Amino acid sequence: MTATIDSPRSGKNSSGKISPQYRRTGASRGNFEMFAWLFMRLSGVVLVVLIFGHLFVNLLVGEGIHAIDFGFVAGKWADPFWQIWDLAMLWLAMLHGTNGVRTIINDYAEKDSTRLWLKIVLYAATTVIIVLGTLVIFTFNPCPVVDGVPLPGGFCPA
Amino acid sequence: MTAELAEPASKIELPAHIGGGGEIPTFDVTLRVRRYNPEVSEDATWEDFKVTMYGTDRVLDALHKVKWEIDGSVSFRRSCAHGVCGSDAMRINGRNRLACKTLLKDLDTTKPITVEPIKGLPVEKDLIVDMEPFFQSFREVMPFLINKGHEPTKERLQSAEDRERFDDTTKCILCAACTSSCPVFWTDGQYFGPAAIVNAHRFIFDSRDDAGDMRLEILNDKEGVWRCRTTFNCSEACPRGIQVTQAIAEVKQAILSRKI
Repeated sequence: MTATIDSPRSGKNSSGKISPQYRRTGASRGNFEMFAWLFMRLSGVVLVVLIFGHLFVNLLVGEGIHAIDFGFVAGKWADPFWQIWDLAMLWLAMLHGTNGVRTIINDYAEKDSTRLWLKIVLYAATTVIIVLGTLVIFTFNPCPVVDGVPLPGGFCPA
Repeated sequence: MTAELAEPASKIELPAHIGGGGEIPTFDVTLRVRRYNPEVSEDATWEDFKVTMYGTDRVLDALHKVKWEIDGSVSFRRSCAHGVCGSDAMRINGRNRLACKTLLKDLDTTKPITVEPIKGLPVEKDLIVDMEPFFQSFREVMPFLINKGHEPTKERLQSAEDRERFDDTTKCILCAACTSSCPVFWTDGQYFGPAAIVNAHRFIFDSRDDAGDMRLEILNDKEGVWRCRTTFNCSEACPRGIQVTQAIAEVKQAILSRKI
């Protein structure tokens, strides 16, 4: 007659020695997490330059904050330099922020389904903003002519 | 037949008020222990024990006094009781410490001293947790010397500088104070955790070891070093004073410089 005694470290899970939430589900291949980590550092450094440059030019140079209006923005986006500057700022800030929030979701969401849905919302929002922003920067036209009638305003040459 | 005294009695007369000469002061402390017994209840509860302790006592001594004199069912792990074996890591007043290295006089004895099991690992009873997930991660980083060359007939020599490179991470006693202080590990039990990375570091930077690349590949996982948020909880928790966060950063650097 033999009696079976549970292993003292077996826990209450009959599936094995270690409960499933501790078991790594297959080794992840590729270097995605490494590049994400590296991107956070590099984009952070570049963004410091871009954002402070942006703030300096918009708020401090010349008339400063009082100069900002539709015409001011239109003037900046007529210059390819500022188009590239703003495009870089948009893409880097969005991807930097998205990666940060992705990390926070990974850290704090406890259920797989919650994590999945939060990430779907996050990536959808990011895609919409990046596509829309890029479109605006490159197709921006301060003086659109609709059916032969120019936009009312007065800052566009006749 | 007279028994010979090992040491003759002192001839100096001491007045009564001096006492034994260097008496240790005593004080009362309240130990608030997190109790959990799955055979009785699924819920963990706090239980207070009032004990009179000496100024030289540690939290472990207070736990011993509780277990030996008040309630024998209080369960905790300890082996050497001198900060070497790493069995008695627990959360004392919200911080991960070794009960055998924490003096009661260094804590605020006017308030109850809370003693909980370390976080993030399944509690088995009272202050005892299941360490198996912790050791599983430890084993996965291959914490042993791997050398591809022929086995030398004498000792494997190493310069003092080469030894210095990983000296800090040789001090680990596997108490799990670091891993169970890591907020990432609390929610993501699959994370390798600081202790496994520290023990990988110990061999990655050992000039006699040849499997550094394999260990770096293991830790370049989505649950590997990139999960670290550099909150420094681990460095603060380590009873051996290992600069854990720095060791993790060095492993990150090593992976990066190998890949790029």
